[in-house]
Amino acid sequence: MAEDAQGGTTTLNLVLAWGFVGIPLALGVLQTLINAMKLFQ
Amino acid sequence: MALLSFLDREHTVAKPGFSRWMVPPAALCVHLCIGQAYALSVFNLPMTKLIGITQSAPGDWKLTELGWIFSIAMVFLGGSAAVFGRWVEEGGPRRAMFTAALCWAGGFFVSAIGVYTHTLWLIYIGYGVLGGCGLGIGYISPVSTLIKWFPDRPGMATGMAIMGFGGGAFIASPLSVWLLGKFTTATHVGVAETFIVMGCIYFFFMIVGSIIVRVPAPGWKPEGYTAPVRAQRLITKNDVFVYDALKTPQFWLIWWVLCLNVTAGIGVLGQASAMSQEMFPGHITPVAAAGFVGLMSLFNMGGRFFWASTSDYIGRRNTYFVFMVLGFCLYCTVPYTGSVGSVAGFVACFLVIISMYGGGFSTVPAYLRDMFGTRYVGAIHGMLLTAWSAAGIFGPVLVNYIREYNVTHGVPKAQAYNTTMYIMAGLLVIGFICNFFVKAVHARFHMKATDDRGTEPGIAPAGARA
Repeated sequence: MAEDAQGGTTTLNLVLAWGFVGIPLALGVLQTLINAMKLFQ
Repeated sequence: MALLSFLDREHTVAKPGFSRWMVPPAALCVHLCIGQAYALSVFNLPMTKLIGITQSAPGDWKLTELGWIFSIAMVFLGGSAAVFGRWVEEGGPRRAMFTAALCWAGGFFVSAIGVYTHTLWLIYIGYGVLGGCGLGIGYISPVSTLIKWFPDRPGMATGMAIMGFGGGAFIASPLSVWLLGKFTTATHVGVAETFIVMGCIYFFFMIVGSIIVRVPAPGWKPEGYTAPVRAQRLITKNDVFVYDALKTPQFWLIWWVLCLNVTAGIGVLGQASAMSQEMFPGHITPVAAAGFVGLMSLFNMGGRFFWASTSDYIGRRNTYFVFMVLGFCLYCTVPYTGSVGSVAGFVACFLVIISMYGGGFSTVPAYLRDMFGTRYVGAIHGMLLTAWSAAGIFGPVLVNYIREYNVTHGVPKAQAYNTTMYIMAGLLVIGFICNFFVKAVHARFHMKATDDRGTEPGIAPAGARA
């Protein structure tokens, strides 16, 4: 049984799922990076 | 009853057409939430002023009392992962994630009552015990599922999830500060309200993860993937029963490898701010030290993905050899960077060290899969997490007590950490030796075709399929 990547799961499903976890994580990483830059000031 | 059956493993089996790339975000939904544990210290100061509001009053809690909340949670993380590992493995990821959501969010709600009534033991029970169980069950819940979906890249798959645990603090820390700001007034510190809101947010996130997650149908494999025909010495095609793994030397050797790698990293992670300022007085300010800690957190998270993915190409044992050899060299270099005043060298050493600390966590599930097969890897991983709990005690004790001993015996603060660095390097030598002795598991531990211990209907042990 092989994977049919887009049969049951749509691209929208994937974008929503990854966005759901990726956006908060990216915002958190960005905030941390801004704080980390103080090391070089 | 409908809810209970929805949580069953049978109702989690993916239908044809389900994309396996939906599973990492499901795992991240859980790991990003429970990763909040690394940001718990945000609440320390506000919780010491619940009565005094602007400063600590006589009846307020002390930092030393509050420190126990995290310690209890860590102990219950390791304990629950070890005790409930088999239950998680056999019940499937959805039931485990749902249970983890109940425990984790429930821990916040009980803690909110504890804060509201100013009852510290309720917070120990809430965040420490209940939340700790949520941590343990949630941590191992997606591991074996990811490995089954990504037999071609097991390191990368588990690395993605465990990276989320490292990244959870990046979300929790600013969110906590923002919520505290919203709920705190001139006459009230808004810790209880913040706990309630965070509990609701985390419950929602984790439930979404449990709804998305699927297990592959029996016999499923990725399109175009063929399992290696040539037997690889350190990658088994057989399964080992969860409790039989404890009888193998491989389990305990990997336990020590993880424990020593984590001990070396955890000790400096907690002391990075103070250490950098004391080793470079006048060069690293408290603000710059905070930036250094933030940068270390990013490398801790990134290392989880990088090293686990790398292990898919160079092998698990070789990856740990890199951790031990490179770690040894870097720990030995740190005192030199201090003596020549090289801040850049010091920072670079610790960023690589901390990336390998994270990598040690994320590479170990795939290492266990290679040794013990896929069937019980989540449960075996759960038992191995007791190494983390042990390292959580060894690491900080080593760093703090040796520094204290040196300072009281007249060693300048700038050099007080040198002995610790050499001891950490020594620990990695022992880790190297343990890793060197890891060989393939003896065939007598493999599950047989007739072995019906914990076997799901329709799924025979891998040894029977091979």
